[in-house]
Amino acid sequence: MSIIKGDFIDNLPKVYGLYTGGFVVFILLMAILEQAGLGADIIGILFVAFTVVIYAAIGWMSRTMQVDAYYVAGRQVPAVFNGMATAADWMSGASFVAMAGGIYFGGHGYIAFVVGWTGGYVLVASLMAPYLRKFGCYTVPDFIGTRYGGNLARFLAVCVLTLASFTYVTAQINATGTIASRALGLPFEVGVWFGLLGILLCSMLGGMRAVTWTQVAQYIVLIIAYVVPVIWMSNKQGFGIIPQLAYGEAVMRLGELETLHGVGLKPTEAFAGLKALTVPHYEAGTTFEAKWKFVTLVFCMMAGTASLPHILMRYFTTPSVKAARQSVAWSLFFIFLLYFTAPALATFTKLQLLDPNLATSIIGNTIAEVNALEWIQKWSNVGFLVISDSNGDGILQINEFFMKTGIVVLATPEIAGLPYVISGLVAAGGMAAAMSTADGLLLAIANALSHDLYYKIIDPKADTKHRLIVARVLLIVIGACAAYVASMKLTSILGAVAWAFDFAMSGLFFPLVLGVWWKRANRQGAIAGMFFGLLSGTWYLYMVKWGGMDPWLYIDHLRFGIIGASVSLVAMIVVSLATAEPDEETQRMVDEVRIPKGETVLSSTH
Amino acid sequence: MTDVDQSTREAHWAKTKGLMITTLIIWFIFSYLVHWFADSLNSVSFLGFPLGFYMAAQGSLVIFVVLIFWFARRQHSIDEEYGVAEDVDKN
Repeated sequence: MSIIKGDFIDNLPKVYGLYTGGFVVFILLMAILEQAGLGADIIGILFVAFTVVIYAAIGWMSRTMQVDAYYVAGRQVPAVFNGMATAADWMSGASFVAMAGGIYFGGHGYIAFVVGWTGGYVLVASLMAPYLRKFGCYTVPDFIGTRYGGNLARFLAVCVLTLASFTYVTAQINATGTIASRALGLPFEVGVWFGLLGILLCSMLGGMRAVTWTQVAQYIVLIIAYVVPVIWMSNKQGFGIIPQLAYGEAVMRLGELETLHGVGLKPTEAFAGLKALTVPHYEAGTTFEAKWKFVTLVFCMMAGTASLPHILMRYFTTPSVKAARQSVAWSLFFIFLLYFTAPALATFTKLQLLDPNLATSIIGNTIAEVNALEWIQKWSNVGFLVISDSNGDGILQINEFFMKTGIVVLATPEIAGLPYVISGLVAAGGMAAAMSTADGLLLAIANALSHDLYYKIIDPKADTKHRLIVARVLLIVIGACAAYVASMKLTSILGAVAWAFDFAMSGLFFPLVLGVWWKRANRQGAIAGMFFGLLSGTWYLYMVKWGGMDPWLYIDHLRFGIIGASVSLVAMIVVSLATAEPDEETQRMVDEVRIPKGETVLSSTH
Repeated sequence: MTDVDQSTREAHWAKTKGLMITTLIIWFIFSYLVHWFADSLNSVSFLGFPLGFYMAAQGSLVIFVVLIFWFARRQHSIDEEYGVAEDVDKN
């Protein structure tokens, strides 16, 4: 099937325009069916099933047996579309499902994630992406292995990549499982395997090419699903149709309501996995500790962004170095559309619940009234929410209302009394976000293992067919491992996501940056940097999280990358300087990487 | 090895480095500096928002997007200035 060739690329705007139109028609159809009396459950099932089938169809149409199509989508993805694909690759279940909830509960301190997950792209654009594109590698370890030379450097890069990406992908599969189980009414353990099946259908047959075109489709679904409810809610509350610019008043109003409801009172009871609101919405910390925690978290998320292989490898797919740079800008633009909406969503949802002038408010109402609400019953039945009259006065106080962070996004349409079609849309959006990220991550791991470990280290004589079969088998095996780990529910969605960034920055940030920016960096230095960075970071995580050690300078388990990356930098510089400088050929390679002109360093089918 | 002489390479790289440093200074200000003073900025009102909150929720993000578009343009004109941009048919 030649649908994804030459003229497909020329027709991209038309193809995805039609697709977007089709999706909008589908939403309207669901809205009509809802009015006609179709049940909420069926609408949820149709939304998730319809979108997953479309992704699978795109995945099937993009199947390939060519190496460069499988690994780098044939290097012909235009900057804007690669931007959309990167945005979907980037915005995970955590961004979609948990970010607004995190801001809801964490206020200003939590917005450090928003700043870190956007500003990291400045590092990607200025330090990494264009140079890696010029290099012409298939995977991130491919760059490390060729720039520094030797199988050990390549192998260590594969280790860091696998550890970081695997930590991340379990959280994504967990999210697909949560959404699939909710929307389709399956047990969580079954939902996880259903999610994995969808993910593999998108990536297995066509590798990077299939993942690229499904990610573009997934971006369109997820951004519509995120923005529509916020605009709707904002309209209902009289904040206009571009709420992102106009919710300042709502933020200020929350300040007053927090005083009224006594936000800050500690709850007297605790429920596993659920939280009560205790942190003010916009007030920023005044202590050194609070400020330091904000900026260190920002730094970890930024350096992690610039080291995560599933993101960097997206820029290997553009037609040119120039397009790679522009594509980083477009990626951040598309990410920005969601990220500047998340704080608005958190603000509106909080206002819905807290403002006694709104019909939807619950704080300050009687427990009996609140318990009679349909959405309260529905979400407490699945254990996502608890109403507990701790002081026995029959009135719901702010510290008696407990919920999971994830439901701020998932339940908002119901809280605000929007039609069920919006809830179905949000479920489809969350599924798209988690699936697209899981696809990118699984592919990053499987490609590194098949290209770098199997082909470059174990069996350099393997033929194309063999390599691509190995890549696919690995994809299934790794996906199954991740789904198995996810079904054991080890950490909350967000804890694990932050760790992935810390692992990546501990092992890869400086070896990647210095590989381009410091000619003197050599093999021994890079090996020391990756090895000691990863080792010290992991040791610190273990000691702070489980070993009972007090964090140094408030650097807790979410920020362990600071320790890892610092050790990595020092080790890399000291060892590089203590050993011989790289040979002439390597130095010429670095010179070549630094200018866009000319052939890539690695040939197009290496 | 692409046919570009060593002195051109060095001049091009010096200018590229300069752009990188400028970009990262702006990045540093809006990633760390303004948020360090978020509590003081909150007493200023901007578009109806407390400014410290606004910068974290929106202001810095807008600046990052604009900064990368600007960076991409600047870097391309540096490449062209030294004749090391890609051949046109690749774009």
